[in-house]
Amino acid sequence: MTFIPKPRIDHPNLPRNALGLTRRDYEGALSTLCAGCGHDSITAAIVEACWDLALRPETVVKLSGIGCSSKTTAYFVSRGHGFNAVHGRMPSIATGANAANRHLHYIGVSGDGDTLSIGLGQFCHAIRRNLNMLYIIENNGVYGLTKGQFSASADVGSKAKKGETNLQPPIDPVLLALTLGASFVARSFSGDKRQLVPLIQAGLRHKGFALIDVLSPCVTFNDHEGSTKSYAYTREHYEVAVHADFIPAEREIAVEYSAGEALPVTMHDGSRIVLRKLAEDYDPTDRIAAMAAIQEHMRAGEYLTGLLYFEPSNREFHDICGTTDVPLNSVPYEQLSPGKAGLEKLLARYR
Amino acid sequence: MQPTDTSHPDYFHRVVDCQWACPAHTDVPEYIRLIAQGRFTEAYMVNRRSNVFPGILGRVCDRPCEPACRRGRVERKPVAICRLKRYAADHRDEVRALLPKVPRVKNGHRIACIGAGCASLTLANDLMPLGYEVTIFEQHGAPGGLMRTNIPAFRLPQSVLDEEIGMILDMGVDLRLDTPIRSLRALLEDGGFDAIFIGSGAPRGKDLLLPGREEAAANVHIGITWLESVAFGHVDRIGERVLIIGVGNTAMDCCRTSLRLGARDVKVMARKPRQFFKASEWELEDAEEERVQIVVNRSPKAFVVRDGRLAGMTFDVMEYDIDASGRITGERVTGEEFFPADDVILAIGQENAFPWIERDIGIEFDARDVPKVDPVTFQSTREGVFFGGDAAFGPKNIIWAVEHGHQAAISIDRYCRGESLTDRPRPRVTLQSRKMGIHEWAYANEYSPVERRLVPHVSLKERFRKIDIEVELGFTAEQAAEETQRCLNCDVQTVFDAKLCIECDACVDICPVDCLTITENGPEDELRMRLKAPALNRSQPLFVSAPLRQTGRVMVKDENLCVHCGLCAERCPTAAWDMQKSHVHWPHAGDVPEPAPRRGERVSEGRVKGDERTVEAGV
Ligand SMILES: Cc1cc2nc3c(=O)[nH]c(=O)nc-3n(C[C@H](O)[C@H](O)[C@H](O)COP(=O)(O)OP(=O)(O)OC[C@H]3O[C@@H](n4cnc5c(N)ncnc54)[C@H](O)[C@@H]3O)c2cc1C
Ligand SMILES: Cc1ncc(C[n+]2csc(CCOP(=O)(O)OP(=O)(O)O)c2C)c(N)n1
Ligand code: SF4
Ligand code: SF4
Ligand code: SF4
Ligand SMILES: [Mg+2]
Repeated sequence: MTFIPKPRIDHPNLPRNALGLTRRDYEGALSTLCAGCGHDSITAAIVEACWDLALRPETVVKLSGIGCSSKTTAYFVSRGHGFNAVHGRMPSIATGANAANRHLHYIGVSGDGDTLSIGLGQFCHAIRRNLNMLYIIENNGVYGLTKGQFSASADVGSKAKKGETNLQPPIDPVLLALTLGASFVARSFSGDKRQLVPLIQAGLRHKGFALIDVLSPCVTFNDHEGSTKSYAYTREHYEVAVHADFIPAEREIAVEYSAGEALPVTMHDGSRIVLRKLAEDYDPTDRIAAMAAIQEHMRAGEYLTGLLYFEPSNREFHDICGTTDVPLNSVPYEQLSPGKAGLEKLLARYR
Repeated sequence: MQPTDTSHPDYFHRVVDCQWACPAHTDVPEYIRLIAQGRFTEAYMVNRRSNVFPGILGRVCDRPCEPACRRGRVERKPVAICRLKRYAADHRDEVRALLPKVPRVKNGHRIACIGAGCASLTLANDLMPLGYEVTIFEQHGAPGGLMRTNIPAFRLPQSVLDEEIGMILDMGVDLRLDTPIRSLRALLEDGGFDAIFIGSGAPRGKDLLLPGREEAAANVHIGITWLESVAFGHVDRIGERVLIIGVGNTAMDCCRTSLRLGARDVKVMARKPRQFFKASEWELEDAEEERVQIVVNRSPKAFVVRDGRLAGMTFDVMEYDIDASGRITGERVTGEEFFPADDVILAIGQENAFPWIERDIGIEFDARDVPKVDPVTFQSTREGVFFGGDAAFGPKNIIWAVEHGHQAAISIDRYCRGESLTDRPRPRVTLQSRKMGIHEWAYANEYSPVERRLVPHVSLKERFRKIDIEVELGFTAEQAAEETQRCLNCDVQTVFDAKLCIECDACVDICPVDCLTITENGPEDELRMRLKAPALNRSQPLFVSAPLRQTGRVMVKDENLCVHCGLCAERCPTAAWDMQKSHVHWPHAGDVPEPAPRRGERVSEGRVKGDERTVEAGV
């Protein structure tokens, strides 16, 4: 960690977004993670994405569980709201918050331990409910905060820093999410911001649950020879299947895409995702085929990355539940509380 | 782009913008740190080694370092480098014991200097400790050249001048005052000197030959001659209404001196608009503070004489067309205007003049009657005769004259030893890590947001009481302490080792001014636009690393706005970035050409650049 704070220098050429804010306005507290931790790069990517989308900082809700990864919500958008849940329980807090106000931007940040071990059940149900949120797993294959034990995402044969070999099969969050009907499923790498930033932007704009599993090396406990989640290993076994460019509604598509190579998809709010297939025969709109391709690459020891599956405009949690559009704190009391008579009537339905 | 060659001494030297811009390469950040630590004597000595006259220059230097200062790009105003120099000079202890020692046994070589200005004095300062016997011939009755005769005492007190010149003369210089050299041939033939250095300045002020000039002669003065007469006490009054023609630094001294000799209404007449003025911004401010009026777009036309006496001047009223880049593309006269005056002072420039150098003794002059001088060795076309200061390439300033003196001293030393003048000691840069331990660096790397401190001035009422009341008071202790913290420690360099980088992006993410990018290499123009923040200031070079091990991409650093905070090195898990203090060894006479590095020092070397070096200030 660093004790020297990042100085605030307002140099004249700092670019400003539509709200007149600079990137620095989307930063948070000083990171206490190890120098070189992948999680810090993801934080920087979130800062970049929120700044570029010109999100009003006070509309951002940051949610997390426990772990080095879960600490990072303190390191971006310090003017947003935040809730640090107990281990593995971030999805239920997110569900509650989202139920109360559907108009905010929900960003969940979790680890492979937080999501795939203690929080696996909560994670699955948030996907089933199609909660409108961006869920980022900062996946390093270990419990970083508790000093590097294997997590449920560790690959068979992967070696711990002290030398023991992992023998249990991994849970892959991407495959799991696909089986649960997720409509936005991506994998990326903390060391590839060019891929990660547009994915975060698209995920934030996606209506429904958006998952990004980000390989994020633990530089202290899992960056050695024999690890399958180190910087070097990830770079060697990393294949981009589909690159997604995100273009907000108000911006023109500037780059020329030749037909057949790129597929622009318009989202519910008019912004567009342009999908570019980099792996031949990969189809990010065919759930079954995508699952097969991902598994095939896994068998070959490769990480397939990019926006691996995408299906626009489906019904999110509020649409399914038919809940109110007005945030609960703005619903007049008389309407919010049915009163004694109203309650009686309601209860009678269940007698 | 090719990977940057950081072993060339210019690479790290250039990063230290102030030191690179200083003709004498004064180690600015080093002395500012010493001032911050209260070590004023050491700060003074760091200065003296390169600029010889810290007390004088801390008041009147032209300060090429300040427009170059990185702080001026990161924020708006540069560090008050010059004022801090004065602070060290004013608060130091006695330094006599620290000055270079002069051997009692001489080396047998005798050197003559013509003129006791700063160029000659610097030469003596460098050669006396090496055992040379130096004789200085000066036409006036006091040493110092224009520093004494032209720079007014309200900017540069005589006591400061005397003390710093004294340090050199007391080395045992043979100073012959009131001794004008009238024939170089005679000196060459009969003087018995091994080498001659001509530091006689650019002594001729330009005249303005317009109608009425002759009739008005009694009240029309040439600026530099007039200032000299004031300095020596021959002139002690001037008329009530004074017009100054020209708007350079000499004009500023003339107008402010006039106010101290009884003038009430002083106007500086400029031919062009303000952006074309030659005077430094701070000299204009100081003059305007004293209510001098600067009148633009007036081109002198005639001196008007009534009843046999100067009555004033007529001017053409000018209008200019200025294009988008700021150049004048057309001009026209729109009328004529008369300005009444009792005296007119001409401050329109100086020229070299060498009536005492015979033209048949092997010293060649060019078409403009300027001697042909080698810009690196300072030797004329006659072996053993050297030029420096304003005499060499026309009027410049004190700090350039000092550097000429240093370089000529190297040449004369080599000449007397029979060594080649062109095979000179080369500048060297050594580097030493500033890492102390975890989160600990041996320099103060916090960024201080304090704005530039302003030097207090003597009140407008008080300052005109006498002609030699110094107007600037110098920083208070609090101001000096705050101002030192504005320095960005540019000499604590970011040094990169591509072999160690694992491309985790930690440094890229933490950099507070977005200077770092890891990306695919490319041609410079295209690469500059592809960085995290586009590198638009072309005067600042890019650093491009060797290909990185994992992806073959390169680390690119735009030096422009780096505040040397050290966060990149602090965040790097593999110490691929390190903060290392660079020390530029700018050669002086007597330096060993290739000294062995000290322990822990890395050395980079290259060629001497000489006078052709250009320095672009930041945008
Ligand atoms: C009004 C004015 C203000 C200035 N203000 C500043 C300022 O604020 N800051 C700054 O950096 N620069 C300033 N300058 C410029 C600066 O003074 C000169 O660039 C500098 O003094 C040059 O030094 P030098 O040693 O080459 O020559 P000089 O200082 O000119 O010294 C030459 C000496 O040689 C003597 N000499 C000449 N011919 C002979 C001879 N034949 N025999 C014997 N002796 C001879 C002269 O009497 C003189 O003493 C100013 C100049 C002027 C005119
Ligand atoms: C209920 C509970 N059980 C166990 C722990 C101990 N614990 C803290 S963090 C952590 C694992 C974190 O791993 P991960 O989510 O992958 O985060 P990382 O530190 O790797 O980013 C565990 C088991 C806890 N804090 N609370
Ligand atoms: S222990 Fe690992 S995951 Fe935690 S901060 Fe350090 S590098 Fe990051
Ligand atoms: S020292 Fe490093 S982190 Fe600080 S401004 Fe310079 S490049 Fe950026
Ligand atoms: S922090 Fe160090 S290892 Fe990481 S990218 Fe920067 S230089 Fe490379
Ligand atoms: Mg983990």
